[in-house]
Amino acid sequence: MPFKNIREIMNGQSIENALTRISHEIIEHNTDTSEIAIVGIRTRGEYLANRLVAIIENMKGVKLPLGLLDITLYRDDLMHAHSQPVVHETKIDFDISKKNIILVDDVLYTGRTIRAALDAFIDFGRPKSIQLAVLVDRGHRELPIRADYVGKNIPTSQKETVIVKLDEIDKQEQVLVQEQR
Amino acid sequence: MAKWNQKDLLGLENLSSEQIELILSTAESFREISTRGIKKVPTLRGKTVVNLFYEPSTRTRVSFEIAAKRLSADVININTETSSVKKGETLIDTGLSIQALKADVIVVRHNASGAAAMLARHVDISVVNAGDGWHEHPTQALLDIFTLKQKLGHIKGLKVSIVGDIAHSRVARSNIWGLTKLGAEVTVCAPELLIPPEIEKMGVSVTSSIERALAGADAVNVLRMQFERDTDTAFPKQLEYFRNFAITEERLKKAKKDIIVMHPGPINRGTEISSAVADGKNSVILDQVTNGIAIRMAVLFLISQARRAQ
Repeated sequence: MPFKNIREIMNGQSIENALTRISHEIIEHNTDTSEIAIVGIRTRGEYLANRLVAIIENMKGVKLPLGLLDITLYRDDLMHAHSQPVVHETKIDFDISKKNIILVDDVLYTGRTIRAALDAFIDFGRPKSIQLAVLVDRGHRELPIRADYVGKNIPTSQKETVIVKLDEIDKQEQVLVQEQR
Repeated sequence: MAKWNQKDLLGLENLSSEQIELILSTAESFREISTRGIKKVPTLRGKTVVNLFYEPSTRTRVSFEIAAKRLSADVININTETSSVKKGETLIDTGLSIQALKADVIVVRHNASGAAAMLARHVDISVVNAGDGWHEHPTQALLDIFTLKQKLGHIKGLKVSIVGDIAHSRVARSNIWGLTKLGAEVTVCAPELLIPPEIEKMGVSVTSSIERALAGADAVNVLRMQFERDTDTAFPKQLEYFRNFAITEERLKKAKKDIIVMHPGPINRGTEISSAVADGKNSVILDQVTNGIAIRMAVLFLISQARRAQ
């Protein structure tokens, strides 16, 4: 692969610590846990959302409702994309009204994925609030969107790519920043 | 995963098994959209789909229209009975006009085999074959296969019998291509005069015994007898057909207990299928109708993507 200046920004331990801290912040911010639901944005947000649900279950003894959102059909670059996107299933089998929804994604960059996720979500009804949790915020927003919970802020240049690797799909735990040659 | 790189869907004969699987798995993801409170996604917003039907159709046309609308496309239905087609306009001229109107997809049904392919050669916009003569009806076969897969979990190794007027059936032909490519064992069953010559070359077994077609089959796809095409003496009379070939409870007793009964519709109760079977526990006829939407959404999505990429 034509990459240079590869640096590790997070390892397994720091990913775990970040998710634990985010879980605490979610609980602190939303005092009534019966109103919280976690929704992961496919692909890697799904696994992070799973983990947040497990951590919060450990902490508070309650299993929060978990949903999965595939935003492919809502992307604003769908008709321009060079690589063919694969559509996956969206699965939200609980009533989202009166819920504080925690949207979970791996990397927050331009904000366009989140814009699409908000559009997708609104089609399911009217939640009490939508909050955003991301493992990495790398800056360079193109839309007025911000995260409520951030694992790590990483200053990057636009030439760089942020790669999140998770056990469930990549068989390792790591966040890398690399530059295209 | 296979890539979709064709602007048209003309038939299953020229698709690879990977491409068929891609349509099926894409449809799997689209199924959920029709269960939502708001049954709509913005994917094809600003695109125009034209339904150009030269033959009567309710189910297929409405299914394509709903599929396109659930993807937020605009849909125009052209009824050839009240259009310039009546004044003698050719299919290609009609197609070029639709293209000049800046439509993006033409869904065409025509009584001539090869009509969709010919149209696709003359226009740059996407063409979807919604049935051409006796040739192919790919989305019907895809939804049949999709329904089978939903009920039985897999296609490979399944024994599927197709019963009815094989000679005049585009549904049969598309099903045979699709099922055999995915590894099913297909048997066709009809009165001898309604079995086209050399059909064995498509990789199917042939029988004129309904008992033999049902024995051991995992599924039976019952075709409508197209009595409106009854121009030659090859056609048996309705009652005669019912006696010898209809799927009845009596006949199903000798088949697998959980055999799946499919029918592309419209059904003629008392001709090719008895009412008791059409409404019975083995019937998945209405599931097929529901699944048709997801399949057509997947097809419209994939061809639109491919056209952009070109």
